[in-house]
Amino acid sequence: MATNTESTAATARPELSDYLSDDLVIHGLLVFSIVLMGLPLILAVVMSTQTPSEVYEVTNVGIGSQGLANYQTALGEYNLGQYMWNSFVMASIIVVGKVALSLLAALALVYYRFPYERAVFMFILLTLLLPVPVRIVPLFQLMADLGWANSMLSITGPYIASATAVFLFRQHFMSIPASLVDNARLDGVGPFTFLVKVLIPMSKGMIAGVSVITFIYAWNQYLWPLVVISAQEKQVVQVGIRYLQGASQSGLTQWGLIMAGAVLALIPPLLVLVVLHRPLLKTFAIQQK
Amino acid sequence: MSHIQLDDLRKRFGDVEAVRGIDLEIEKGEFLVLVGPSGCGKSTTLRMLAGLEDISEGELRIADERVNGVAPKNRNVAMVFQNYALYPHMTAAENMKFGMKSAGDYGDDEIERRLDRAADILDIPELMERKPGELSGGERQRVAIGRALVREPEVFLLDEPLSNLDAKLRVQMRAELLKLHQELQTTTVYVTHDQTEAMTLGDRVAVLDAGQLQQVAEPQELYDFPANRFVAEFIGNPAMNLVPVDVVEDGGEVRAEHEGFSVGLPDQAGLDDAVGQSAHFGIRPEDVSLAGNLPADAPTHEITVSVTEPLGESLLMHCDVGGDEIQVKAEPRAEIRPGDDIEVGFDEERLHLFDQSGDAVYHSTSATPKTSEAPLTE
Ligand SMILES: Nc1ncnc2c1ncn2[C@@H]1O[C@H](COP(=O)(O)OP(=O)(O)OP(=O)(O)O)[C@@H](O)[C@H]1O
Ligand SMILES: [Mg+2]
Repeated sequence: MATNTESTAATARPELSDYLSDDLVIHGLLVFSIVLMGLPLILAVVMSTQTPSEVYEVTNVGIGSQGLANYQTALGEYNLGQYMWNSFVMASIIVVGKVALSLLAALALVYYRFPYERAVFMFILLTLLLPVPVRIVPLFQLMADLGWANSMLSITGPYIASATAVFLFRQHFMSIPASLVDNARLDGVGPFTFLVKVLIPMSKGMIAGVSVITFIYAWNQYLWPLVVISAQEKQVVQVGIRYLQGASQSGLTQWGLIMAGAVLALIPPLLVLVVLHRPLLKTFAIQQK
Repeated sequence: MSHIQLDDLRKRFGDVEAVRGIDLEIEKGEFLVLVGPSGCGKSTTLRMLAGLEDISEGELRIADERVNGVAPKNRNVAMVFQNYALYPHMTAAENMKFGMKSAGDYGDDEIERRLDRAADILDIPELMERKPGELSGGERQRVAIGRALVREPEVFLLDEPLSNLDAKLRVQMRAELLKLHQELQTTTVYVTHDQTEAMTLGDRVAVLDAGQLQQVAEPQELYDFPANRFVAEFIGNPAMNLVPVDVVEDGGEVRAEHEGFSVGLPDQAGLDDAVGQSAHFGIRPEDVSLAGNLPADAPTHEITVSVTEPLGESLLMHCDVGGDEIQVKAEPRAEIRPGDDIEVGFDEERLHLFDQSGDAVYHSTSATPKTSEAPLTE
């Protein structure tokens, strides 16, 4: 009898504490990793309110004495608003252009029979091996020859063709039952009507997902605009932040100002992400398949 | 004048010949069912009728006009698909209107009139503002049929429209399709792999196997006079029993001799030619009766029951006779156990013989087939 109760108690007790300690460990790890990932952002926000000397005091991690003054300086004196607007226009053009072009390309790939269809698709995928940074020199030459250098065209044009987007739309179209197309053919619905009235509404999630990724990617462009845009007022925000670095006060880099610029530059893509995060998740779920 | 004519219609996909020369005439207003096992080319044939698949060879005429190269929309046909093919982002009404709107040949009043009529016929006015995701399978199928109705086509093509529905709904929709056809009298070609559906729906049934027509006939005739072994086994559930026999003449009487039984064959067309040949003897499970239900002087044969399957309305027995298996349908609640030896008799009017190549050579019934259409296979 005695041994019996003892053994049940012995098995019951560790079970309970195991459960608790497991939970604690897991939660501890989760909190730690979240803080770790959030730390740069939190620090950036904190530093954006500090003066340069406050930034250099490592122990000073509170809200600084500058308040929002750094933001005012960045937007006013350093014209960051203009750069952000330029970035916004650039990103929007790239999103619209890329989605439209990729939809048409996917339509052709999935719903038209043409010679060497597979080879064409493979060729499109091959372009993934040559992202813009690799092509910078010939691309620059091309832009110069076209007379596009130092214009909005030069920072949007090269990004509009996208193998990734074509691939995603193609896969999505192929998952749409063929009988929908058959039915449209019986009804005499033309390809363009079919694209606008059927395919696009049925691909809303995918389009939103591709748009989010593209917007953030375009917004974060740095190297190519730096190379191809020479007029400062036409520059994009990522390069604009770089301009902030040039400003120094009694030999100290204005980290507070730079951080304010960085935080400002973060807001538009963050908004886009928050608004469209659901379709984005869906897009990635399809990619996993 | 027949409404649809298929003349040696063929379809090749690369090396695969999916449809191998179909000759078929479909009358105006007829409900023709195309039935056959999976992969026999039913859908391909239907899609050629619709114009969704190019015709490799042969000729297709609709209303006496050659339509081989005519675009689907100009053939005046409407098709209902197995998976309904409804646009998920449109309401039922929008789905039904979409084709007409895109074609642009119809005024808004006309579209509304047709929509209301179709909704009334199918009894779905209250579903019109719902999207496919908010409809049950049966309701979706109604909307899909409605979409075909509003086009007021000359020909309805249906590709296994009921196979995604549960058994009960299928029976119900089957009856509704029949009613619909009686009302509209539109020429209809209906594809199914389900022989029950084929038998209940079709004015005529065309049995297809491996891309070739096996027999085209009215349902009862298909059952009573199967043209070959394939049709005999495909039509009817459970399938017809087929066992090898020798046909011999014995004192003026022709008999089918098997290890387990010997049965006298009534004199009918084709019997004389079969004498002296080995053949396949066919009898349906429902045409075999227990000796107790037969007159005392009827010939009986002893068989051994190996498995029993109570079906509720009858008892299906798998039995052994002279090394071959035959199935027997007996009345339910018969006290029969596996291992029992039982006495059975064959219905003299329901015996069939098939020659070595599988073609029917003899049916024992004294009735004659209504349409004397020869099997269309070569
Ligand atoms: N697009 C195609 N390319 C190559 N072969 C095809 C194609 N479509 C059908 N086939 C082949 O043609 C044959 C007939 O196909 P079909 O779809 O007509 O069969 P089915 O009778 O409708 O069968 P199920 O009852 O399964 O629908 C099959 O062997 C199939 O593999
Ligand atoms: Mg099929």
